[in-house]
Amino acid sequence: MADKQIKNYNINFGPQHPAAHGVLRMILELDGEIVERVDPHVGLLHRGTEKLIEHKNYMQAVPYFDRLDYVAPMNQEHAFCLAAERLLEIKVPRRAQLIRVLFSEIGRILAHLLNVTTQALDVGALTPPVWGFELREELMVFYERASGARLHAAYFRVGGVHQDLPEQLIKDIKDWIPSFNKRLKDIDDLLTGNRIFKQRNVDIGVVSLEDGLARGFSGVMVRGSGLPWDLRKSQPYECYEEMEFEIPVGKNCDCYDRYLIRMYEMYESAKIMDQCCDKLLSEPAGPICVDNQKITPPKRAQMKQSMESLIHHFKLHTEGVKVPAGDVYAAIEAPKGEFGVYLVADGSNKPYRCHIRAPGFAHLQAMEFVSKGHLLADASAILGSLDIVFGEVDR
Amino acid sequence: MSEKLEEIAELVALALGDMVQSSKIAFGDLAISVNAIDIVKTLTKLRDVSTLDFDCFIDLCGVDYSNREQRFEVVYHLLSLSQNARIRIKVTTDEETSVPSVTEVFPAANWYERETFDMYGILFDGHPDLRRILTDYGFEGYPLRKDFPLSGFVEVRYDDAEKRIVYEPVKLLQDFRNFDFLSPWEGADYILPGDEKAEQEGKA
Repeated sequence: MADKQIKNYNINFGPQHPAAHGVLRMILELDGEIVERVDPHVGLLHRGTEKLIEHKNYMQAVPYFDRLDYVAPMNQEHAFCLAAERLLEIKVPRRAQLIRVLFSEIGRILAHLLNVTTQALDVGALTPPVWGFELREELMVFYERASGARLHAAYFRVGGVHQDLPEQLIKDIKDWIPSFNKRLKDIDDLLTGNRIFKQRNVDIGVVSLEDGLARGFSGVMVRGSGLPWDLRKSQPYECYEEMEFEIPVGKNCDCYDRYLIRMYEMYESAKIMDQCCDKLLSEPAGPICVDNQKITPPKRAQMKQSMESLIHHFKLHTEGVKVPAGDVYAAIEAPKGEFGVYLVADGSNKPYRCHIRAPGFAHLQAMEFVSKGHLLADASAILGSLDIVFGEVDR
Repeated sequence: MSEKLEEIAELVALALGDMVQSSKIAFGDLAISVNAIDIVKTLTKLRDVSTLDFDCFIDLCGVDYSNREQRFEVVYHLLSLSQNARIRIKVTTDEETSVPSVTEVFPAANWYERETFDMYGILFDGHPDLRRILTDYGFEGYPLRKDFPLSGFVEVRYDDAEKRIVYEPVKLLQDFRNFDFLSPWEGADYILPGDEKAEQEGKA
């Protein structure tokens, strides 16, 4: 029989593909059905966030952070506020810390719910996303009741949070947690033991810890490789020190372990939320932002009485906060990993440079490394478990 | 916290010797600066010396200080899991001089260097694949440089007659409005309208 000429096959995955989780174009080189080379083309959602921030004052920069990882908006704002607060050398009051932690955990549940359920969708399950989105909807209502917006909240401000929470909202969040745990258990029962889900995820996308660290992995991606590393525990910010929660770690370093970790983290987040609600309800109400009128605007009632407050309010909403010169790197444990902000201030009212370190950028970069040698169908399972959101990858 | 950082700063100084040009702890961050040619050696040492163990690559970005002679700064961030500490390494460069690529030390630097090249035009010597990453195919210019205008140079639209996307020079329907609220009495470095005369009289 004559020899046949065989050559590798190139396909274009995306930019419009439901499993691409946004606008990702990947050039895949296939040998039969085996992935030989992956070249992700990112930047289709690039909006020049960093450039825009350089042209806005500090308060105007906050809403840009909602638009990065848009499934967990407040977590991103948090990193920026922490960076600016470190330059200003201020510490936010206790009640603001509790509120921030509460809403960071709501953001974590929002992000993990979306990821876990759409990953299930990528490998063929249709029910989990429908159930998950119902839960997300309820969480967004909490966002709305706190800030007035479902997604682009701009609720965390430099120096604290925008407004205090109504007591009824805290009670409602507390009452919601048991029902959430029950319904999360339903999703858990549906997926965790599911034969098809396991066949598609177990032993897929194995990353050893050394490889992961050298590739800049963080968050669930390193915990999935067996390292109990979580910035909430290891470099605690706000009042995470006093919260009781556990850090799950995987041992098989595969997609299924990462799924299990995300599930477990949601239960843990609910625990933290419960503790925050208890503290918020039991402790006497206090200020929700620092009492420094050069940084946070005065109360409305004060403005009616005092000329100085009126001037402060005017100056803050035109000129904005002036941040002392210096540079600082602040990182938080975002749902997807370490989200960092490298902020360079020159003493004026605008950031001189604001670099955003998005966890998804480092994770997507490793797509070729992780999926080489896997089947084409596994590429979408891997992409799902890397937890990519293009708002933050492309910035 | 700061004692721990000072301890690490000493260890870093010990390991790197005279490669460290300056070392400073400010706002709870340890930052050192080195020569651009030493960056690969520096990162390798920081990663491999067992007392430091900076094995996690966090970030790499450029900063444009357009009034300096060495206009660009490339900033590296590393994290040591065993020491639970971060370090920032800075090198300076200009438009022409390339910085050695650190992709051999940390594969994660690959895309970050591409991004820095894309945004600032900083060249990385020895990078395996120094293409643009975030901007459009065929984009010209370096958007994060301070002399690049916020509105850019070209805009795209779908042309119905030609049935394709066309690129055109940016046309703004109204002038670009830059709200500068810096108080003219403190900080702002521009001259108020009408003040230029007073300045001259003062000099004369």
